[in-house]
Amino acid sequence: MHAPLHRERDHLRFLACGAVDDGKSTLIGRLMAETGSIPDDQMANLIHLSKRFGTTGDNVDYALLLDGLEAEREQGITIDVAYRYFGTAKRAFIVADTPGHEQYTRNMVTGASNAEFALLLVDAKTGLTKQTLRHSRILSLLGIRRILLAVNKMDLVDCSEAHFAAITADFRKFVAQLVFDHVEAIPIVARDGDNIVRPSKRMLWYKGPTVLQHLETVPVSTHQRDQAARFHVQSVIRTQTGGRGYAGYVSSGAFNQGDQIVVARSGRKSTISRIYVYPSEIDSIAAGQAATIELADQVDISRGDIFALSDAAPDVADQFAAHVVWLNDNPMLPGRTYSLRIGTQAVAATVTALKHGTDIESGERTAASTLAINDIGFCNLATTEPIAFDPYTKNRETGAFILVDRETGATAGAGMVDFPLYRASNLVRQSYEIDKSYRAKMKGQKPAVVWFTGLPSAGKSTILNLVEQKLSRRGIHTYALDGDNLRLGLNRDLGFTEADRVENVRRAGEVARLMADAGLVVLCAFVSPFRNERRSVRERHDSGEFIEVFVDTPLAVCETRDPKGLYAKARAGKAFNVTGIDSPYEPPDHPEIHLRTETGTPDELAEQVIANLTRMRIIVR
Amino acid sequence: MLNAWPPYGAESCYILKDFVSLICLMISTLSHHLAQLETEAIVILREAAAAFERPVLMYSIGKDSSVLLHLCRKAFHPNRIPFTVLHIDTTWKFRDMIAFRDRMTAELDLELIVHTNRKAIEDGIHPIKSGSAVYTREMKTFALREALDIYRFDAAIGGARRDEEPSRSKERIFSVRGPNHSWDPRRQRPELWHLYNSQIAADETMRVFPLSNWTELDVWEYILAENIPVVPLYFAKERPVVERGGSLIMIDDERLELAPEEKRQNRLIRFRSLGCYPLSAAVQSDAASVADIVKELRTTRMSERAGRLIDVDETASMERKKREGYF
Repeated sequence: MHAPLHRERDHLRFLACGAVDDGKSTLIGRLMAETGSIPDDQMANLIHLSKRFGTTGDNVDYALLLDGLEAEREQGITIDVAYRYFGTAKRAFIVADTPGHEQYTRNMVTGASNAEFALLLVDAKTGLTKQTLRHSRILSLLGIRRILLAVNKMDLVDCSEAHFAAITADFRKFVAQLVFDHVEAIPIVARDGDNIVRPSKRMLWYKGPTVLQHLETVPVSTHQRDQAARFHVQSVIRTQTGGRGYAGYVSSGAFNQGDQIVVARSGRKSTISRIYVYPSEIDSIAAGQAATIELADQVDISRGDIFALSDAAPDVADQFAAHVVWLNDNPMLPGRTYSLRIGTQAVAATVTALKHGTDIESGERTAASTLAINDIGFCNLATTEPIAFDPYTKNRETGAFILVDRETGATAGAGMVDFPLYRASNLVRQSYEIDKSYRAKMKGQKPAVVWFTGLPSAGKSTILNLVEQKLSRRGIHTYALDGDNLRLGLNRDLGFTEADRVENVRRAGEVARLMADAGLVVLCAFVSPFRNERRSVRERHDSGEFIEVFVDTPLAVCETRDPKGLYAKARAGKAFNVTGIDSPYEPPDHPEIHLRTETGTPDELAEQVIANLTRMRIIVR
Repeated sequence: MLNAWPPYGAESCYILKDFVSLICLMISTLSHHLAQLETEAIVILREAAAAFERPVLMYSIGKDSSVLLHLCRKAFHPNRIPFTVLHIDTTWKFRDMIAFRDRMTAELDLELIVHTNRKAIEDGIHPIKSGSAVYTREMKTFALREALDIYRFDAAIGGARRDEEPSRSKERIFSVRGPNHSWDPRRQRPELWHLYNSQIAADETMRVFPLSNWTELDVWEYILAENIPVVPLYFAKERPVVERGGSLIMIDDERLELAPEEKRQNRLIRFRSLGCYPLSAAVQSDAASVADIVKELRTTRMSERAGRLIDVDETASMERKKREGYF
């Protein structure tokens, strides 16, 4: 029983991992049962279920207690992590229980991201497996610094001390190349409870703590190698004194009233005048506390900003290198724009280069052009505006980010910042006296990018050609950019894989942008199959400047036209990655102009575009 | 961030800067453990307020809701709680709950919306006669969906905890719901670090659970430490009950029809979990204060949901309810 007020009671978040039959459920279930954390009614139900469905003979089958969702069992899917709770008088435990079989990388990374400690199970009889090595490497990458190796099923090796010593020695040798601070090992029999909560009577040679004793006493490691103070601004509110208060939390270090702070992104400095923690005003706050801070000066600060002490500011950059773990079925594509979330800041980000993949078993670099689910890669990323961060190895809270798929909203990638790239900060945009509006005025026209998207053979180029002639007759300066033409030059190095298509459209968008900047009306014909990339191109242009034209032709009609014989080749299995056949086309949701090509002749459709451009005041004569 | 608490961590020793935080701790009556859970919840509540256009706080009037309200006060102090508060009223709640709800609404100046599935009432849906499965679906699940649609809330914040029930153990803190508020286990987003993905499409909504990592004991210890008001039904008192199928059902008003063999009797009881009175089983207990409850919980071995008659309808029932849009 714990004392009524046990202020010293802390908590440990740990991850339990192991291969399928290593006995993880039995171990966690036993820890919960023996600390009195399983209510009697659930325990009775468990005993009942064990008799009916159990796979453990006369013993309680704890796997049934921890078993997941009906949907998982029926559909054979795995939801990454289940959380378990148990506690003793000294400590509360939050266990991230990750399934050992499928998608181990994704699941383990998710579980490890919030853990301070890991319990790694191995089977005494099989010893270390490839899985053990993978698990260790992921734990190391995610910044877990203390681990416990539980060598289970010791009864199957006659509870032999020598056997345990051999496995432990092997393990220590292996993990020496990783970055753990502390590695402990305990011989156990989870099924019978040896060395779980009570010392084993069969392994008297083992003098160390039981698993529970170890969990209760292991220091709650903060991971933070660096205790530099960081305060994350969540929102700006009005305080009692009528001033501006910054509501947020301290992720590392501490702040005192009177401290000089720097706002990381802007570099502006000020002094902390007040700190509020409901219901009172206090002098200082430390890591793990939420508070509202008031500053002495009027400084422009918004959600997403980080305060630091002025002598230890985080890095600020819009390009950086990072390890990225991919979590989604849609592969990571360099060049594609994702939404990046770091701390309380959200920005758009692109992987500018995938340097290499990482083999999770050997740790060796592999060649990679995309990352599939469960892959780990080392990448350069660029954000649309600078972000503040610390290297992940120094600070887990300011060095971790997620990448969100902008189309589906899925959390697609998990990233850990390694170091900033300062290339962009050396570049300063040159501004010239003669600018876009001047050039446009000289031509007496309004620059625009008219972007025709649609299936191959939908009629994009045909209509574009007619539109350009009509514009020229009105004296409007135009330029036509065409997918095929660009691929003969600038994009000669690109193929038709998903990754190359993304880059193809990105480059085309940049060229169009330069030409619009020159004051032209740029007509672009690109299949540009993905919504995400068309959206990225749109975002690179001024508002109202990008006009999306959906050339909407049914696939069957495109196939009968097929002037390049592309569909025929695809159907014959002689061409791959043909949009509409074995590569997807995502139609625009809200195009500025929607041409249903079956409703008119090419000339009528071109007139429809002209009419729309006139309505939009792109054509004023 | 939150993992960094307590600040006396591993390698760092009790030196100057940690001394400061130790002083902070001595002022607070919270354990390190509760202080950490509290910060986590406050951060989540503020994220929900910042990320969504029309967030709503689900108010069930129970102990978890009381803790949520208290955390909201802390999170947004000195401003008012920035969420509309929604109570799904089945019309069969304990009278004490409604009185408590109205008291809290006045005290905290809450913007309260009470919603009931009127059509179901007209159709004669009844907690006992209709069976608890139909009743729950109509009066809770459908009523909630209806309210979320009518008021176009894009996020609903609730007090559900992962320790309550096995199918909740995999629930996210920010949990996305598809069209019709359905929960699709396949579309659950991995949740890493303390980075909450709040992106939703036009036909999606979010559920936010700031108390995900709390246990029932944590909730009561926090209520004790912070002196948070809760409905008096949690405290033992002589109350009129009827014994039915091994459970003690309180006779809260004249609507509870007794069978000829059923006897009204007074017993010293309290509730561990509150809902609709004909479906909430009381426990025999003499715990008359929060301190007593904490003491009782440290020794008791029955789960709080053992008293909820709606979870035992069928196996995996909670999961099914959730997929239909139940909270």
